[in-house]
Amino acid sequence: MMKINLSVNLGKLKLKNPVMTASGTFAYGKEYSEFVDLDRLGAIVVKGISLKPMKGNPEPRICETPCGMLNAIGLQNVGLKGFIRQQLPYLKSLRTKIIVNILGNSIDEYIELAENLESAGVDAVELNVSCPNVNKGGIAFGTEPVVFAELIKSVRRHTSLPLITKLSPNVANIKVFAKISEDEGSDIISLINTITGMSINIRSRRPRLANITGGLSGPAIRPIAIRMVWECYRTVRIPIIGMGGIITAEDAIEFFLAGASAVAIGTGNFVNPKATLDVLDGIRAFMAGEGIHSLKELTGGLKW
Amino acid sequence: MLSVDHGMDPLLKRPFSIHRLFGDDVQILYRLAGKGTHILSGRNKGDILDAVGPLGNKFPPPGSGDKTILIAGGIGIAPIFALAEKLKNKEILLFYGAKTKEELLCTDQIKSLGIDPVISTDDGSCGQKGTAIDALIKHLIRHPSLVTSHRLYACGPRPMFKSLSLLAKKHNLKGYIALEQHMACGIGTCLGCVINTVDGYKRVCREGPVFPLEKILWE
Ligand SMILES: Cc1cc2nc3c(=O)[nH]c(=O)nc-3n(C[C@H](O)[C@H](O)[C@H](O)COP(=O)(O)OP(=O)(O)OC[C@H]3O[C@@H](n4cnc5c(N)ncnc54)[C@H](O)[C@@H]3O)c2cc1C
Ligand SMILES: Cc1cc2nc3c(=O)[nH]c(=O)nc-3n(C[C@H](O)[C@H](O)[C@H](O)COP(=O)(O)O)c2cc1C
Ligand code: FES
Repeated sequence: MMKINLSVNLGKLKLKNPVMTASGTFAYGKEYSEFVDLDRLGAIVVKGISLKPMKGNPEPRICETPCGMLNAIGLQNVGLKGFIRQQLPYLKSLRTKIIVNILGNSIDEYIELAENLESAGVDAVELNVSCPNVNKGGIAFGTEPVVFAELIKSVRRHTSLPLITKLSPNVANIKVFAKISEDEGSDIISLINTITGMSINIRSRRPRLANITGGLSGPAIRPIAIRMVWECYRTVRIPIIGMGGIITAEDAIEFFLAGASAVAIGTGNFVNPKATLDVLDGIRAFMAGEGIHSLKELTGGLKW
Repeated sequence: MLSVDHGMDPLLKRPFSIHRLFGDDVQILYRLAGKGTHILSGRNKGDILDAVGPLGNKFPPPGSGDKTILIAGGIGIAPIFALAEKLKNKEILLFYGAKTKEELLCTDQIKSLGIDPVISTDDGSCGQKGTAIDALIKHLIRHPSLVTSHRLYACGPRPMFKSLSLLAKKHNLKGYIALEQHMACGIGTCLGCVINTVDGYKRVCREGPVFPLEKILWE
């Protein structure tokens, strides 16, 4: 049988395979242990963590849209202490990398989160920059280049963990943000987060989400995500984690060809709780079928 | 959670209650609501669909001395009938409301359990005119002591639960309700299906769908 190497080095973050989970869609891992052997995953990226527990948004929080869904969960989470005490011991017992998605209302909060998680022994942190910056009138960190740069630079100074910056697609030119991430010391970028959307019940004339707007995810956003990964791949040299609407291995391979070194599965877990491992097995089968030995041969392999 | 199709639209699985179990067979009873249930109704014998379950909790059984009042609104009869079947030898009062006579389901099976249901329809085409809760209120007026010694179990639409809560508060009734909420994962990970309770947001798919009536905070 042909030898296939599925391992990837995302800078100093080394993964045994390129399949990870997307933050907010895999909770803290345990819930999926009934469906998948978590040890087989390249990495688990857990639900976004804030310093203090967050209650989240009123309901309804989700609605289905064509080939996708809108969510406005409102970043509900157990908070840093709760995470370290109740969730991390289990996660650390797994033979996979644990990446924690972090969110704050100020740069200081991000720093405190990164420092504490580094001492707690996680493998990497991912900056969720799609949250409102309370010091700047609530504009998301990820959409304003100056604060975005400041945030990455500051967190970089306070942690030696592999630093992933998760880019928001709700910007005019994502290449600008990819470049800033690289320049300010991010080791990796991940993209895309959800695209802001809205849906209306025409009979009641009310928005379908209590929060009015929400984040669109699922196959509906995949072409946009592919385009953005490709644009970023041509702009920066740091590795890219691609996500947005991956359901099958074919979808994942599209991301590799556009320039991703690893992929994350989000909404796909809801559609098929075994999606992560089905994608992993499918990638291996595709490589075997095509005579591809290493993922490096796929990443950025787009011909044009 | 049942997947009605293999394609990407509709994308998400649909939540359904288990109506009846026969050996390894699971029966669901469903209402044509929108796209997903219409696709489901076009499925044929032998078609293979993905499903995940059973998920969530169940109606807790009543105490040995308890008498039970079951309340079903519309397709809420699906889990309420299942409960009635399980409790068959207990004393049961069943209030069952639907929009019209045509939407009343399982009435013969209910009767074959030895239960004489109090039927109501919104248009008065069968039984009393009004909702199941209207029928319950009338019953309460006639037999106040009788009702307060009962345990309530209900499933139906939101407006029904809201009026039931008001009624329960007024008469100090206790009971359980099986809630519906939009769901994505069905296994507790997306936090999309929450309902506000006196103990904070709870996931309908995990901590529910059955909750003590008095715990729910309606908007
Ligand atoms: C725990 C639970 C048990 C249920 N048991 C039954 C049952 O036994 N029989 C039955 O007929 N129905 C039941 N329902 C409601 C059923 O899930 C919806 O009618 C169904 O999802 C509608 O799908 P659709 O595609 O036809 O409608 P659409 O309106 O096209 O659906 C669009 C989206 O909204 C969701 N949705 C719409 N209405 C509801 C609803 N009332 N509850 C939850 N999600 C909804 C759908 O799942 C889908 O994601 C139950 C719901 C829950 C939460
Ligand atoms: C229910 C839900 C919750 C999410 N929560 C987070 C989160 O806490 N932090 C974050 O950075 N992204 C969050 N996301 C975004 C996903 O991680 C992912 O970037 C996006 O959904 C696109 O991928 P997908 O189409 O595979 O879902 C969430 C997405 C969904 C659907
Ligand atoms: S449906 Fe996802 S948490 Fe309940």
